[in-house]
Amino acid sequence: MDLFDLIGPVMIGPSSSHTAGAARIGLTARMLMGEEIVRAEIGLHGSFSKTYRGHGTDRAIVGGLMGMNVDDERLRDSLTLAREAGLSVNFQQIVIRGAHPNTVRLMTTGASGRVLTLEAASVGGGNIEVHKIDGLGVNFTGKENTLIIRHADTPGAIAAVTGTIASKRINIANMQGYRRQAGGDAMMVIELDTIPDEEIVDMIRAMPDVQGVTFLARRSDV
Amino acid sequence: MDYMLREWVQLARHEKSIAHVAVMVQAQESGVTPEVVRETMRHHLQCMKESVQNGLDERLRSVTGLTGGQAAMLLSWLKGGRCLCGSLLGKAEAYALATAECNACMGKIVAAPTAGACGILPGAILAMMEERGVTEEQAVDALFVAAAVGQSIATQSSISGAEGGCQAECGAAAAMAAAALTFLEGGKPQQCADAAAFALMNLLGLVCDPVGGLVEVPCVYRNVGSSGVAFTAADMVLSGIRCPIEPDEVILAMKEVGDALPASLRETGEGGCAACESIRARLQMMQGRM
Repeated sequence: MDLFDLIGPVMIGPSSSHTAGAARIGLTARMLMGEEIVRAEIGLHGSFSKTYRGHGTDRAIVGGLMGMNVDDERLRDSLTLAREAGLSVNFQQIVIRGAHPNTVRLMTTGASGRVLTLEAASVGGGNIEVHKIDGLGVNFTGKENTLIIRHADTPGAIAAVTGTIASKRINIANMQGYRRQAGGDAMMVIELDTIPDEEIVDMIRAMPDVQGVTFLARRSDV
Repeated sequence: MDYMLREWVQLARHEKSIAHVAVMVQAQESGVTPEVVRETMRHHLQCMKESVQNGLDERLRSVTGLTGGQAAMLLSWLKGGRCLCGSLLGKAEAYALATAECNACMGKIVAAPTAGACGILPGAILAMMEERGVTEEQAVDALFVAAAVGQSIATQSSISGAEGGCQAECGAAAAMAAAALTFLEGGKPQQCADAAAFALMNLLGLVCDPVGGLVEVPCVYRNVGSSGVAFTAADMVLSGIRCPIEPDEVILAMKEVGDALPASLRETGEGGCAACESIRARLQMMQGRM
């Protein structure tokens, strides 16, 4: 229960699902990239593809990709700001079979040349669900303190991470593991009761089997 | 706690008010002090004031051009002294429309409980501050009463137009505002619950039929109409009228009605106002210019 879900979030209109949720999806991609985005291919499915202009879904996603939050007044002008900042964006209306009606499929390229693909849905009230990262099926909301760890699927990789978290007396509220195939690319999504300090994140990042770590702090705006 | 209206009323018997209980429950759930919780609500109240100011700009237009600038017309009509609803409700309506138009025009708003229904609660609270001398702290308390009612509706039914129709958005917002108004006029916790039920009762069955799927027509106008429902519901209970149906049951009835609504009347933009030829044609013409 959170009474600020009933009076809140503070957001740029007009729609919590088509604007605030869309901005959150963009922002999640920006945080997973961990660097400035220079190019974005944005596929819109279902209701998103039909009403995105009138709801400002396009501006919200692009604003999010530039690091803006749901209450950032610059969201309105994000398409112009993106052009000025050298972020090139391209929108496509797509169909993803069986997907939630407000689904976005993103392919972003960072300044370093790194490419990320992300599929996420805006599920109402500004809440989102991330369904795919780099083709790997996942399922998290980013509403809680969330650690997203890309790693090699090797024995002990999960134990090393959870051991480090436990050693700092941080409680794990929820945890999911995903992998493409045995011994291949894998991902841990760990929800924590408290915010881990930078030191823990760095320790995990330095582990030999870990390829990347992103921390999404619990949303304080809801 | 299941967050039923009955429970808020029960808990408020031992505490000072539903507002007090709501602050304590929120503080406990989020692991912060009651003062931090109140401070967040103060911030939200400030945002509500800014949304009204921004929404009253007569030059405001939405991306499609369908809405914007009409709240300024309503306020100017009120200032002309011939507003049929009088200064209090007239102002609440103008401020509700201002907030809803601010939202439609990609301005910053506080969802209450949703973006589509964001005008009703701030309109009522801010009008009470200006017309009836309600203080900021009383307004913050009233917002917590509203939030508690919103939680009861969200838990037992829905606050999503796509699930329950507009009764779940403007209906819920009117119920929240009715309880808040009753609280501000010195109503007892049970009366706040009754006012919420009366408001919901009067908006039961209201469909969600946004033209073009956009949060504009009829949404912004329903924020105005639902404000009237909130005030009349509060007036009824303050006069001593008791809601003849258990308030939580009205919420459950709202869910049943929502479940029975066809998909075309649940935010798909297919039925109701959304199916009207004149506005569809106008939207198409305007989107051609976008």
